[in-house]
Amino acid sequence: MKNENLYKYILGIADNSLILGQRLGELTGHGPSLETDIACTNMSLDLFGQVRSYYQYAAKIAGDNRTEDDIAMLRKEREYVNVLLVEQPNTNFAYTMARQFLFDVYHLLFLQELQKSKDLTLSAIANKSIKEVSYHLRFSSDWIKRLGDGTEVSHQKMQDAIDGLWTYTDELFHQTEADIAMVSDGIGVDVTKLKDAYYNKVKAILDESTLQTPESKWFQKGGKKGIHTEHLGYLLAELQYMQRAYPNMEW
Amino acid sequence: MTTTEQNIDQILIPILEQVSDPEIPVLSIMDMGVVRTAVIENDIVKVQITPTYSGCPAMDVIGDDIKAALKAEGYNSEIELILAPAWTTDWITPRGRKALEDYGIAAPLNAEADKDVLLHGKRIVKCPQCGSTNTRLVSQFGSTACKAQFQCDDCQEPFDYFKCLK
Repeated sequence: MKNENLYKYILGIADNSLILGQRLGELTGHGPSLETDIACTNMSLDLFGQVRSYYQYAAKIAGDNRTEDDIAMLRKEREYVNVLLVEQPNTNFAYTMARQFLFDVYHLLFLQELQKSKDLTLSAIANKSIKEVSYHLRFSSDWIKRLGDGTEVSHQKMQDAIDGLWTYTDELFHQTEADIAMVSDGIGVDVTKLKDAYYNKVKAILDESTLQTPESKWFQKGGKKGIHTEHLGYLLAELQYMQRAYPNMEW
Repeated sequence: MTTTEQNIDQILIPILEQVSDPEIPVLSIMDMGVVRTAVIENDIVKVQITPTYSGCPAMDVIGDDIKAALKAEGYNSEIELILAPAWTTDWITPRGRKALEDYGIAAPLNAEADKDVLLHGKRIVKCPQCGSTNTRLVSQFGSTACKAQFQCDDCQEPFDYFKCLK
């Protein structure tokens, strides 16, 4: 492939949205209330829409007969390069919202920078997605506050969720080889520069929600290199089932 | 690709106006502002459409419907989906806004007022049923990606509000 770094770079962005979108989609018909159910699936739909634009572009760069569907559905677990955070399960609604919030803050900062990319396709996708993602962040921040500053039980559940997921946040700011190459070409975003803004924003919302910002300095990593938690395999089994069972099926 | 202007051949307008958004059937895709280009080149109509939201599932149907409508008038066409410039609710025409209201969907407010409504719970969205502004936000997300759920506290009717996107 001529432009392998760009291809890998796009997957690095898109896989996060695909896997998070799938997680949110699992709540279809299972949300804690009708409104939150619809909200989660709406966000899922936004993310899948963004993913399609990224994968279509990646398929074009790959230049063989690969399609967006092949990229989404036919890779093996080790070939997905999403961060560990987004593959974590919907343990309870506090976890679902904490995961969303911890990703949304990053996602928005990331897209704000990606808008400035020299690559016109990536900057157009970022420009389009940013409006959707700001809305996701509003929604998830709102739930952090409502549960954090809610009852004793909701506060505890949200604190547990934040504490439980905190270990996956640092990986957002790790650079892959493709990242470094794309940053130096003026195409990619230097994620290391987003770190301070990220933790400041997260802390501000947690403070407002009467939640403690975890102090642990021990972080999990691996997703960006294809080394995942056990949860991803199960998620992919469901995501890929139809294409594996009935290859090339369409609907 | 970066112009916000539409480039639509006059002869094609009546044909395109027959195509409606499958999720809001009263609204033509022209009033919705999703058609950015429609020009005849070498006997083929080249159409560029832009999605309201990235994941809008209506886009594939809209593309097929445009093809069918043009075919019925004897035109072959090519449909291209473009992302830039990004669609905004400002592109909905006054006639489109009226169609939304008549259909029972509150039309988008300006960006500032939209924030007041969605973030600060201000009661300014007009109920499309009774016209009262004594309305409240039920959920930021609604039946489709472009809408939020509201309820009128005067006539009690629930309704959709078309979110401002800028």
